[in-house]
Amino acid sequence: MSFLIILILSFACGFFLPWWVAAIVAFLAAFFISKTSLQAFCSGFAALFVVWAVLALLKSLPNENILAGRVVQLFPLPNNWIWLLMVTALVGGLVGGMAALSGMLLKKAFK
Amino acid sequence: MKFVKAFFSAGITLLLIWVLKTKFGDIPPLGDFLNPATGFWQNAESKNIIPTENLRIKGLYDKVTIKYDEHRIPHIFANNDHDLYFAQGYVTAHDRLWQMDIQTRSASGRLSEIVGPKALEIDQYHRRTGMVYAAENALKGMFKNPVSRLMVNAYTEGVNNYVHQLAPENYPIEFKLLSYAPEEWKPINCALLLKLMSETLAGGSDQFGMTNNLKRFGAQAVNDLFPDYPFHEDPIIPVGTKWNFKPLPIPKPSAGFLAQMTENIKSHEIMDGVGSNNWAISGSKTANGYPILANDPHLDLSFPSIWYQLQMSSPTVNVYGVSLPGSPCIIIGYNQKISWGVTNVDADVLDWYQVKFKDQTKSEYWYNNQWNKVKKRIEIIKVRGQQSVTDTVLYTHHGPVVYETESKKPVGHHGNIPVGNAMRWLAHDESDDIMAFHLLNRGKNYNDYRQALKYYSCPAQNFVFASSDKDIAVTPNGKFPLKFKDQGKFILDGSDPANDWHGWIPAEQNPTVKNPLRGFVSSANQSSTDQTYPYYINWKFEQYYRGKRINDKLGALKNATADSIRTMQMDNYSILAQDVLPAMLNYLDPSKMNRDQLEALAIIKKWDKRYDANSTGASIFNKWWSKFYDTTWRDRFAVKDIFLKAPSYDRTEKLLLTEPNSNWFDNMHTPIKETCADIVNIAFNAAINDLVRKYGKPGIKWQWGVVKKTYINHLAGLPGFGSGEFSAGGTGGVINALKNNNGPSWRMVVQMGPVVKGYGVFPGGESGNPGSFYYNDMFKTWKHGKLNELLFLNSATESSGRIKSTLILN
Repeated sequence: MSFLIILILSFACGFFLPWWVAAIVAFLAAFFISKTSLQAFCSGFAALFVVWAVLALLKSLPNENILAGRVVQLFPLPNNWIWLLMVTALVGGLVGGMAALSGMLLKKAFK
Repeated sequence: MKFVKAFFSAGITLLLIWVLKTKFGDIPPLGDFLNPATGFWQNAESKNIIPTENLRIKGLYDKVTIKYDEHRIPHIFANNDHDLYFAQGYVTAHDRLWQMDIQTRSASGRLSEIVGPKALEIDQYHRRTGMVYAAENALKGMFKNPVSRLMVNAYTEGVNNYVHQLAPENYPIEFKLLSYAPEEWKPINCALLLKLMSETLAGGSDQFGMTNNLKRFGAQAVNDLFPDYPFHEDPIIPVGTKWNFKPLPIPKPSAGFLAQMTENIKSHEIMDGVGSNNWAISGSKTANGYPILANDPHLDLSFPSIWYQLQMSSPTVNVYGVSLPGSPCIIIGYNQKISWGVTNVDADVLDWYQVKFKDQTKSEYWYNNQWNKVKKRIEIIKVRGQQSVTDTVLYTHHGPVVYETESKKPVGHHGNIPVGNAMRWLAHDESDDIMAFHLLNRGKNYNDYRQALKYYSCPAQNFVFASSDKDIAVTPNGKFPLKFKDQGKFILDGSDPANDWHGWIPAEQNPTVKNPLRGFVSSANQSSTDQTYPYYINWKFEQYYRGKRINDKLGALKNATADSIRTMQMDNYSILAQDVLPAMLNYLDPSKMNRDQLEALAIIKKWDKRYDANSTGASIFNKWWSKFYDTTWRDRFAVKDIFLKAPSYDRTEKLLLTEPNSNWFDNMHTPIKETCADIVNIAFNAAINDLVRKYGKPGIKWQWGVVKKTYINHLAGLPGFGSGEFSAGGTGGVINALKNNNGPSWRMVVQMGPVVKGYGVFPGGESGNPGSFYYNDMFKTWKHGKLNELLFLNSATESSGRIKSTLILN
């Protein structure tokens, strides 16, 4: 449930709000909905991972990944754009997961 | 405990976000850069093109229609000139905004603002050489002319219109990588761009090295090794052309200059190989009876390309060609009546003057037998992440004192700039160069061409011309200071008015030739004229190799077509090798050679003197000649802590061919006395050993395309954004002057006629966005030596299958 909520909200506000607002979304969603810390982290991580990967792909696929293929060479990564997509999704996931975990832990603290 | 956990977790989250929003050194804030909503993914352009787009634009007088062809080259149709230059600014900013920003930043000494202290030195150099001062003066000149003012202002409006509507997620990727925002374009930026060109093409000086030579070797040796006219030459204006004007009196050399040149008194270096080709052949030599014009300017190659292609049409003009992003007009191109192209003249328009200050305050200097006030200009350089740096630059009436003391000069850089000297540079003067291009863009005939050239000042260019009236011409053109012979070959005494520039060569007396008997005109940066031209332009020019080859080829040419001219632009034949190889082979002694050397000898004996990509002979000759040159001069001219200028290839050729027993061949550091034959053998030995060490036994790895490294980098040198290394023929002294990352930055061939047809290509693409399909789509065509047929539309309504989309600005 929280996974879906975070997914939809962060996807929607990704278009007009700064990227870190997703952290607030994950935090609040976990605070109100999540049941356990592990579940909170996982749903926050998975939601943002998916949102960032999908948004990136929406741009990158019609581009035949030529940009990602160039940019990946700026990073200490293997020369394949997929790695850049993974890193991007991972960064989003970490932010979402940590924010959701914090929301959940705060709820627990208040209980 | 639960709260501790919660706060700990929240703390980690905030820290993570902070890290992702912070720039560490050269690494951009990763969260900002990677997030798909505003980060770099947004720069990925879709392959699908919107066929018709309408944009509401404030500031236009009327509707502008822009047609994009299959290479995304814009064809602008405007109903007035204001809108035309507005639209040029708009589309250029759309495709090249970061390039425009970084180039003008670099020119004005503002790189440190975005990259921090590592750019301080280059910023200081640009401040201290007065680049902004130069641009301010240029802008004054442009704004005095209502036509130029209109172009610059409209162009600026167009750029800013694009900048203002640009949301952060749409910033070009380089802004995101360097994490800064585009700023408003200013009219002075247009001038800065032209100054950058002046710096590249007319900002070098050999004076310091030559003065040191004079002190070290004396006048006789210097006159012998650095003659005022080369051993081999094939000048731009054909030998024997009559000068139909009465020249101004030539100024008298100053007393100090004469004393310097008498034997008993003891007392950004110019880059060789930088240059370009252009030529025009008359109808008598072409298949369709009308002239053909060709041009390939050689510059540092980069992605995005230095050029931006477009067609510009309004009721006053319809012209096609390449522009410099950041400056209005077409710089090299054609319309339906004329075509023109440029190469660099190498005129001496930068001189150094020794300054004598009154005291340590340096507020007065000695000139014309009195103390004169020094003007001080404060330069404040903002540095990212640090306090601003304030620098005071002293100006005499000549110009800025670039480095007052040795301690102000950066170690290991700008070795050619003399300390305590003022710089007199034509680029500092008021000028209105873009008016020349305004008129050329609209030119209809030879007279229009001549009229346009009068406005052009710096960097001086050889303007080649062809018209549908079947005229051809070439004019080494620019503002040339009136000087005594060799004035500025050595550093000048700044206190003597006799050393000042003495006015100007009248523009109509600049060397020029129209429809010469031989049926063609050409230029490749060699001497402008033979020795009968009454004025002094420079003591040295680029060597004659490319010029001679072009003239040899054109002389023999019959029934030329655009395609045969295209093939000629790719010619790799070396005149240097033709001149020296037989003599060098004669001196070789094979009796002491090992197997590899014998094999190499066999290869080079069969070599066709072409620097083709698959030629091993080219690699051998190239190495051999450069070892020969180095070994001949190194002992005398590569001296620690003294900046000396070594003699030219041309002078070295003369030594090889006519003075085999010259003392210059003797290596000072050996007990025996070497002759030419010794040096030729030593050089061959060393060259082959070098090649074997690097590439193994003679074989496929010795091919010139492999040995010569050829590549095109992104302007900021970002890995993955450039072309990577590729195999290619050509070298500095052949027509196809492609070497490392320098070479033909635009190749153009124009067939004149009732309907003019243009062909052209540059290495790269129209878009500066590495996420665009048009970032390097023309690179392969260029690499293979092919040209694209250029699409010239007569009106906005003319239909063409090559038009892929339309943008309407309203």
